Amino acid sequence: MPDAPGLELIRADLNEAHPDAITGSYYEHGQACLICDPSKIREVLAWLRDTPGQEYTFLASVHGVDYLPAEPRFGVHYELLNMARVERIRVRAALEDPGEDALPEIPTISDEWPTADHQEREVYDFFGIVFTGHPELRRILMPEDYAGWPQRRDFPIGGEPVIFTNTERDVPGWYA
Amino acid sequence: MEVKREKIRANLPLDEPDANKALHVRQVRARDLLRGDIEGLDLEKVVEEAVLTTRLDKVLNWGRANAIFPATFGLACCAIEMMSVVSPRYDIARFGAEAMRASPRQADMLILSGRVSIKMAPVVRRLYDQMLEPKWVVSMGACSSSGGMFSNYAVVQGADKFLPVDIHVPGCPPRPEALLYGFNKLQRLITGNPDIGWRTRYSAHGTEEWARDLGKVTDEARDAYAAARDIAEAAGPPPSGSPGSPVDVPGPPQERADVPSKPDRDTGRFI
Repeated sequence: MPDAPGLELIRADLNEAHPDAITGSYYEHGQACLICDPSKIREVLAWLRDTPGQEYTFLASVHGVDYLPAEPRFGVHYELLNMARVERIRVRAALEDPGEDALPEIPTISDEWPTADHQEREVYDFFGIVFTGHPELRRILMPEDYAGWPQRRDFPIGGEPVIFTNTERDVPGWYA
Repeated sequence: MEVKREKIRANLPLDEPDANKALHVRQVRARDLLRGDIEGLDLEKVVEEAVLTTRLDKVLNWGRANAIFPATFGLACCAIEMMSVVSPRYDIARFGAEAMRASPRQADMLILSGRVSIKMAPVVRRLYDQMLEPKWVVSMGACSSSGGMFSNYAVVQGADKFLPVDIHVPGCPPRPEALLYGFNKLQRLITGNPDIGWRTRYSAHGTEEWARDLGKVTDEARDAYAAARDIAEAAGPPPSGSPGSPVDVPGPPQERADVPSKPDRDTGRFI
């Protein structure tokens, strides 16, 4: 795990290699995170993988986050691991919410990191984030005819209210 | 179904030297019966001893209930308890349902052991449709009965939304004994002898939700209570030693709707 100065060194090196790619960085709870422009995500991850001295060769996880009501709303997290030094770094691509009718888009990395294939499908399944260039982007866990993106924070929880003796007066006439 | 049949040697005095002789007498009588040599009261006695009469559908249902083939089908963590039901410790073989069939086409009973996600529901329904009649479904645990703790977007809120369920076994997960008990209930249901419910057993009819309004205190009853109290007060205090002074006569019970159940959301006080 790079410490906070180490994270700033990585950010400075990345700024030289890919200007405007990194928009922020923070170090919290012993975890280093780079915030990235989604259109540059492939270059940033490839730089972290291939640059001598970095070599975060293992993509441990790809997952989505909904930060509603914060802006930008969505985040796609890439957890990288250097297995020689056992150091981890997180790259977060911050995506704006394009509105009701459109879906946020980010380039896929599944051609370079094959493990990202299913995980990008899972992020698409639950958050509706489209990975452009993905070979087969369809739902992976929910039924294929499911409507909506269930892990978004504005998605209704679902289920049915369970009536107990202490809550039955909140639902008048529930037994009718 | 009750089957009464005395064993041939059961009530023979085995310690007597003539035990084998008595058995021999019976065998000879059975032979004579087949030959048609027995008549009259002797014939009736022999028939009464040797022949069991019943109805065909009773025998059929008795056989069905005691030779159930469950499907090998686990949905979630309840399946662990379902597996231990087959183990020697709980031993559902005592009730003739130990042969789990790996194909729904050979199975009679489907145990929904766990939550049914909405993606799994069509699969479960197809399995159920592939089973041959007669078939039964046991919903095991809170999740498959009502959704349980999974009140969310992914889980069907009760498996009886998409297939008919015969027995619901509560629990999270139910103990294997509970599943065995539910299976015994299913057996009684199959043999046409459904158990009486607990309301009948404890004389608790009238406590159902639909009957709740029946117990409400009406204005007439309230007036009658007040009139009775006035009469009792006008009569004066009862002589000492008599039971029930007027102050002990209870007033009408308060309606539940008058009592606030929880504090006001804004002020935090009971209004």
